[in-house]
Amino acid sequence: MLNIVVCVKQVPDTTDVRIDPETNTLIREGVDSIMNPFDMYAVEEALRIKEKHEGKVTVISMGPPQAESILREAISMGVDDGVLLSDRAFAGSDTWATSYTLAKGIQSIGQFDIIICGKQAADGDTAQVGPGIAVHLNIPQITYVKKVENIENGKITVERLIEEGYEIIEASLPCLMSVVKEINEPRIPSLKGMMRSKKAQIKTIRADDLDVKSEYLGLDGSPTQVVKIFSPPAREKGEMFTGEVSDIVEKLSNVIKEIK
Amino acid sequence: MKVLKSIRILEDKCVGCRACLDACPYNALYMQGKKVKIDYDKCTLCGACISKCKFEAIEMQKQAGFESAVSLKEAMGVWILAEQKNNKVQSVSYELLNKGRELADELKVDLTAVLLGSSVKQEAQCLIHRGADKVIIVENTILNHYQSGPYSAVITEIIKKYKPEIILAGATTIGRSLVPRLAIKLNTGLTADCTALEIDKKSKLLLQTRPAFGGNIMATIMCQKHRPQMATVRHKVFAEAKEDENRKGEIIEEKVSSELLNTDIILKDIIEEIEETVNITEADIIVAAGRGIGSRENITLIEELAKALNGAVGASRSIVDAGWVPYSHQVGQTGRTVCPKLYIACGISGQIQHLVGMQSSDVIIAINKNPDAPIFKVANYGVVGDLFKIIPALIKSIQSSSE
Amino acid sequence: MDYLLTEEQKMMQDLARKIADEKIRPVAKELDEKSEFPYEVMKALADSDLFGVYLPEKYGGFGGGVFELCLITEELSKACGGIAVCYAASALGTIPILIMGNEEQKKKYIPDLASGKKIAAFAVTEPEAGSDASAIQTTAKKEGDHYVINGMKHFITNGGVADTYVVIATTNKTKGARGATAFIIEKGTKGFTFGKKEDKLGIRASTTTELVFNDCKVPAENVLGKEGMGFIATMRTFDASRPGVAAQALGIAQGALDLTVKYATERKQFGKSISNFQGIQFMLADMATEIEAARALVYSTARMIDAKKNNVAGASAMSKMYASDVAMKVTVDCIQIYGGYGYMKDYPIEKYMRDAKITQIYEGTNQIQRSIIAASLIKESRKK
Repeated sequence: MLNIVVCVKQVPDTTDVRIDPETNTLIREGVDSIMNPFDMYAVEEALRIKEKHEGKVTVISMGPPQAESILREAISMGVDDGVLLSDRAFAGSDTWATSYTLAKGIQSIGQFDIIICGKQAADGDTAQVGPGIAVHLNIPQITYVKKVENIENGKITVERLIEEGYEIIEASLPCLMSVVKEINEPRIPSLKGMMRSKKAQIKTIRADDLDVKSEYLGLDGSPTQVVKIFSPPAREKGEMFTGEVSDIVEKLSNVIKEIK
Repeated sequence: MKVLKSIRILEDKCVGCRACLDACPYNALYMQGKKVKIDYDKCTLCGACISKCKFEAIEMQKQAGFESAVSLKEAMGVWILAEQKNNKVQSVSYELLNKGRELADELKVDLTAVLLGSSVKQEAQCLIHRGADKVIIVENTILNHYQSGPYSAVITEIIKKYKPEIILAGATTIGRSLVPRLAIKLNTGLTADCTALEIDKKSKLLLQTRPAFGGNIMATIMCQKHRPQMATVRHKVFAEAKEDENRKGEIIEEKVSSELLNTDIILKDIIEEIEETVNITEADIIVAAGRGIGSRENITLIEELAKALNGAVGASRSIVDAGWVPYSHQVGQTGRTVCPKLYIACGISGQIQHLVGMQSSDVIIAINKNPDAPIFKVANYGVVGDLFKIIPALIKSIQSSSE
Repeated sequence: MDYLLTEEQKMMQDLARKIADEKIRPVAKELDEKSEFPYEVMKALADSDLFGVYLPEKYGGFGGGVFELCLITEELSKACGGIAVCYAASALGTIPILIMGNEEQKKKYIPDLASGKKIAAFAVTEPEAGSDASAIQTTAKKEGDHYVINGMKHFITNGGVADTYVVIATTNKTKGARGATAFIIEKGTKGFTFGKKEDKLGIRASTTTELVFNDCKVPAENVLGKEGMGFIATMRTFDASRPGVAAQALGIAQGALDLTVKYATERKQFGKSISNFQGIQFMLADMATEIEAARALVYSTARMIDAKKNNVAGASAMSKMYASDVAMKVTVDCIQIYGGYGYMKDYPIEKYMRDAKITQIYEGTNQIQRSIIAASLIKESRKK
């Protein structure tokens, strides 16, 4: 019986994010909030581990009250429980405060054997929260997992993606791993799961419910601060090559020669 | 616990110019009459609006928070964390030295490189040749390959001892696994994937600029009250530092206690997948294929072009999902971010998720049938046409010119 | 338009849309080209419980009806009319068991069809018996406790891939339509094989084959209803299933229009998007209106059937005829808006036109539908 915790985040759907060609600014209207795409792989892997080894899967998220919807989505895929850490005191958290709060939240749920995170969040792309949680909880960390080979006798063996190939790594439980897209293909929810998720109780945890120090939370607990935000410089309008294939190829070859 | 409303609009200063509304990534600001209001359910206190307000009408109060392991007063010097594989320094380290040198000169402090491995003294010299004033090395067989536990324990220890003010590392698999651990252990801030770094003239603090929201927004981030200020930098964003064999510097060998080398994970094996066309993050030239290549079989055409150019093969998500090419080739949001000198997009329409993974390439060539394909918006050179006619001819032309 | 769907219906619709977007769209072009059955999509539909939406809970379904079946079929068809028909044709094979079967037959066959573990097919058509179902040549001869089937069916959707077949054969040729009987025949039964696989204009991901019966022994307990009720079974099945074909047509039309509106806003000529031109705008407006009118007709008919109203034949025929005619017209106009690109296979739109055509033909050609509509009009007027 394994207790598996999956950390998920609600992010803006970047498929909806478009640039206004006239003003070159971000069009934000009608941008939906979705579960971070990388977290879908984490949820799926947790479900697969549960199906193979028996256990319980809990999803946890830190975010505003509306982040509840992604926890329900995970439940519709087959997750057992959803926990939402939601409090104004958490607002303004950078990755330091976020990993602290999530670590405390995970501890408050009870026993855990495996914590699974997506590789990174699609809005921030920092990939810092997973390792941060592992340090706060003082447990082994394995990033970029592309395959879980085996779990037995309190140990987990995985394949970890690196630039040149992959490593085979063994760690004792409890541990934290972050997973890459290659690990699986997330399932589509079932109708039964969706009906269950509508009725499911999402447990909301506030700052007061946790054993935390306020100086580690939210804006105060965040060493980094955004000081400026701006649109990236627009790329210059490109040159279009037209004409006969031979002309085009000659022009392309010249461009390539110059670069090489 | 107190309800935080640490951000507020100073109504007497707000002129209702709406500049902040556009800056808010979360749509948390709205107009009520002629003044701006904050929707506290949406606001995440990210601070993006503050610098946009020319009238200083947005105020954010931050309490002292916690203290970092390295104190503000004592911190001094710029460090880079060098990376080695098989005791060979990786090129990303030379890129860090280049930027690190610039920052150190600006601050008039030393530039130090840290290198862990089993036998790295030789390589330490190379780091000096590329601009380091000092190199701190730690040698132990356990440190031969990167492992999260020992690496973070050892580096935390030496940071506490030497107290640098800035640390740069590569945003590589190693960097992105290691540096977040250091930030937590040292109680300090970290900015990932920076594309620009400079010293603020007034405060002498590090301005760390990085893309956010899939590259649609750039954000500049500061770590004001905690040290060291830490940043990871994407590979190939900065040029490598030039080698100067006459440069002199000091190599410091640190010995660390054995308990720091305890590891809670066992590295059982490393399997190298040797395929010259795979390593897209290292390649200077990438030829990438999308749906427009029509079928799985046609990928050979792309491979041939990549081979002729001595480059790597990239792929859009759709053809990876269709099983035409392995995942290791995927460029884009759910794949790898690349910035080669030349990116040739063949039959790729250019969904935003793909663009964020390649739009910082130096030169982009796009070949696509559809003149309205979004890929042309980021391309330096575009060809509207049949790639099955153009690419074979291009391969021939390249092959004949290299003969 | 708001059709006042229940929470559950919206959920099913969302789920079907998700499968259409994530599982169907990426493979639609390839399966169409190679004419390959969408096994993986069928598995996804099964895993998501969507095969059971229109079946009673006591047989493992979700307790919905024809309306729910239409909602799902429409969503799937937006992405690919060919893949959607594989799903809908299984329902077509299941419906006769549901409306004509006895309790034992329902308990034996429906749960596996509701879970998607098995797929069904309905076999009426023969080379000489298309619209004229009474001209059936396949024979079933009773011998003791079983029947011996001989003959051939053709143009059978899901032929070869389905596990459970409802087959119409004649037990008494002299009685014409009243001599037809419906049998449940399982794949693998001795003497039951598959003939030619058709190479079609559209809906190419679906499999259409011949069924060949050569002294095929079927237990007498596999007769649906009674001997001689095969024609009634067929008519009642088609009455319930025609809105499904209509929903397929509706989905194809809507899917094509959605792509076309997007294309029209992106495609630039004379320095602006072609969606700025009134000629294009009028075409888009007409298409949207006709699709919405078809939808209203299809949904109303489906709800009527689910409410067990009598005399649904006319409405059922109207919904099938109108929606499929709209689909044909809309998909042709969509290609027109795409212009030269629309004619090319590199663009997805021509496939919609090829897929739309069959909806005017199968489950009764639109000419037959008009006959049915007229017949029901005349019947009504005589009653008055």
